[in-house]
Amino acid sequence: MTYTFLQHYWCFIVSLLGALLVFLLFVQGANSVARSLGVTEEGRRLVYNSTGRKWEFTFTTLVTFGGAFFASYPLFYSTSFGGAYWLWMIILFTFVLQAVSYEFQNKIGNFLGPKTFQFFLTLNGIIGPLLLGGAVATFFEGSNFIVDKANLVDAGAITPVISRWANASHGLDALLNPWVLVLGFAVVFLARVLGILYVMNNVDDEDIRSRGSVRLIGAAVPFLVLFVAYLVHVLLKDGYAYNAEGVIYMEPYKYLNNFLQMWYLLVILLIGVVLVLFGIGKTIFSKKYVCGIWPAGIGTVLTVLALLLSCAWNNTAYYPSTADLQSSLTMANSCSSEFTLRTMFYVSLLVPFVLAYIIYAWRAIDKKKITKEELQGDDHAY
Amino acid sequence: MLQNLILNIDAGTIDWSRAQFALTAIYHWLFVPLTLGLAVIMGIAETKYYRTKDEFWKETAKFWQKLFGVNFAMGVATGIILEFEFGTNWSNYSWFVGDIFGAPLAIEGIVAFFMESTFVAVMYFGWKKVSAGFHLASTWLTGLGATISAWWILVANAWMQCPVGCEFNPDTMRNEMVSFAEVALSPFAVSKFCHTVTSSWIIGAIFCVGVSCWYLMKKRHTKLAIESIKIGAGVGLVAALLAGGTGHKSGMDVAEAQPMKLAAMEALYDGGTEQGLKLIEGIEVPYGLSIMATNDPKGYVPGINDLVNGYTTPDGKTEPSVEEKMERGKKAIEALAAYRKAKAEGADESIVNYQLSIINSNMQYFGYGYLKDKTDVIPPVAVNFWAFRVMVGVGCLFILFFAVILAVTYQWPKALFGKRDITALPAWHYWVAIALIPLAYIGSECGWLVAEFGRQPWTIQDMLPTWASVSDLQSSSVMITFFLFLILFSTMLAVEINILLKQIKKGPEV
Repeated sequence: MTYTFLQHYWCFIVSLLGALLVFLLFVQGANSVARSLGVTEEGRRLVYNSTGRKWEFTFTTLVTFGGAFFASYPLFYSTSFGGAYWLWMIILFTFVLQAVSYEFQNKIGNFLGPKTFQFFLTLNGIIGPLLLGGAVATFFEGSNFIVDKANLVDAGAITPVISRWANASHGLDALLNPWVLVLGFAVVFLARVLGILYVMNNVDDEDIRSRGSVRLIGAAVPFLVLFVAYLVHVLLKDGYAYNAEGVIYMEPYKYLNNFLQMWYLLVILLIGVVLVLFGIGKTIFSKKYVCGIWPAGIGTVLTVLALLLSCAWNNTAYYPSTADLQSSLTMANSCSSEFTLRTMFYVSLLVPFVLAYIIYAWRAIDKKKITKEELQGDDHAY
Repeated sequence: MLQNLILNIDAGTIDWSRAQFALTAIYHWLFVPLTLGLAVIMGIAETKYYRTKDEFWKETAKFWQKLFGVNFAMGVATGIILEFEFGTNWSNYSWFVGDIFGAPLAIEGIVAFFMESTFVAVMYFGWKKVSAGFHLASTWLTGLGATISAWWILVANAWMQCPVGCEFNPDTMRNEMVSFAEVALSPFAVSKFCHTVTSSWIIGAIFCVGVSCWYLMKKRHTKLAIESIKIGAGVGLVAALLAGGTGHKSGMDVAEAQPMKLAAMEALYDGGTEQGLKLIEGIEVPYGLSIMATNDPKGYVPGINDLVNGYTTPDGKTEPSVEEKMERGKKAIEALAAYRKAKAEGADESIVNYQLSIINSNMQYFGYGYLKDKTDVIPPVAVNFWAFRVMVGVGCLFILFFAVILAVTYQWPKALFGKRDITALPAWHYWVAIALIPLAYIGSECGWLVAEFGRQPWTIQDMLPTWASVSDLQSSSVMITFFLFLILFSTMLAVEINILLKQIKKGPEV
């Protein structure tokens, strides 16, 4: 295993975790439409109990995504989290609210009332995907930061801190870029699509399933419009490339070139998109079909994986700087040492084992769908 | 010249960043020990159900699992903030040692968090969906996941207190891992893990015993209370004894790797051999500190003044003064700047190698180059002194408490406890057990105060002080997020306590 292979491997693992995280945002998506999916208190309870059995996977994937990024690309961790402070803090804040909301909302002694925590779930359901989608968009659009490792020892530097945000907004400036918002809202609607598909599959309730088919159209149409717009924008825009010496430069149609040069990513992207469309389309047009979450979910993972890899592989700067082009982060200039990447490679061999027991436990819990009757007899229901 | 570099950092940013991290860590540590401790209690209760098929044990397990769940969510919520705060608030740190420090966090996510989050769902929602054996395994795996998570987090924390298995790379301007085994199995980490986890079991045990005593006082759920006391006090006694032993090993590790912390814990200004351990100012156990630090009543323990001014041990080992270390640290930093300049300009290899040799010979004092004054290395003495005493005092009290309550419960030895019935004690006996719950938390938090205040000003011992670790943020930004988290965590804590109290009042479904 060469150092270059290990850099590509860890980029793949982090991208896969990112893609799985986007899929698992179905929890947020379903919570954001809980009020329209379940119009009665009983109906909403079904939705919250359905997502409530999966929220920890989303949370854990977010934590593992952060940990894997830290271990494999510490300069990204240092630059993005320390620089785009407010963007990440708002994301974390809403996830904290979500974490306690399930357990607290219907417990006796909750003096804030269930509606407070249901509001938190809705807030996280919208803000979480929006800002996470916005953060992903910055991989293509760039961010306003400067990196200078010499600051640590340079008396002429302003501070010894090596990564600095070049403006005072600390990440919120990204939201002024309309393309960041386009992808952000695309992820919000994608999360809703996945959330509706998941609840339709996981809850055995005719009302929710018939309402879900209708709500699915309302989420899928804006998602597809925004996603296609962003995809076309990315394929036509100039991208951030680097040469053998590590010098970063702008390359016309960089991301389009990446997909053409890495044809396998294009194939993965197309398969992913087709699967998402199939999952949505069949659920809308077939009244008895409730398994759309699986093709759409797998399609989401494949699509996001291909997009994330296209912005890092093939000599592409994955975290471009709009303030100083040469500060842009590439796999080569931001990764951990070969020893650490190699060590972590061996650790990552545990991932299939972890996935196996997750799938086993998931199936064991979900083989019987959630019903109103089940909730009445369950003393741990949310 | 480095003075100017350091002065450019907003002091408010450093202080608010420290305050925010401390706030998050203190809140996180309110929930984690109960999670670790209750995991053992509910695991034992469910094992009894699995073996006896007695519904009483099933309801007992479910009762403790219900309380576990309320607490678990807050532990998860506060934990995610801690991980990301290394990046958001300590970005320079994240780069400088991310090559080493990131690995335990990633492994924690892959190995522990997924185990915890997968099986906790089976534990709560799988009673009617999976076999009894699978359910029991899920309950234990939930606790095991939490414990493995603690392992990797404590490996990361221990590495900051005693950095091992790494080398500085002047080309990448960071420390890089050279031995994963040294990092993951560092003796400092092993002691820290054993001490932290066993002390967490004490919290779970006293919570279990305290709640059970409340039921006995109210004459409700008597069977559940007695059986839970037997489990809780048994676990608690074993844990308290183990915490004492592992605490001693931790003390020896601190004496070796962080002698200034030990000196601050003892408020020892002028050290020497045959040092006594202060119980409080003026009363001490002869030779106690020497034994605690070196396992030898005649062992040498340096004081704060010795460490600042330099000292020579009786066996001839000399430790330089802080001023000398500062000089050597500055040499390393300046040589590093010269090395980078020489390489960038394509200078002769001999010049590059000369600078490299200066870096290597002074690197162990690199962090001292960022100090402004020799007294910067002295941590807050009063906090360390008193926090250490509270922690040890509470630990000793719990050994006695669990031993007595076990003796009363089993009415053994008969001569002493044969006539005492655990269900018919005067009310104040039960109130003592209930009052010990917050005391256990105070003792546990004091342990962390010693660990974290004692290592100031270092983020990484001798390698990087806090002011060179912080992110480049306006202090106002960090101040705002500090208060946002303070309000959020405090409100959620209040809700959690109220829910726990109501759940306890409601009792199990038996």
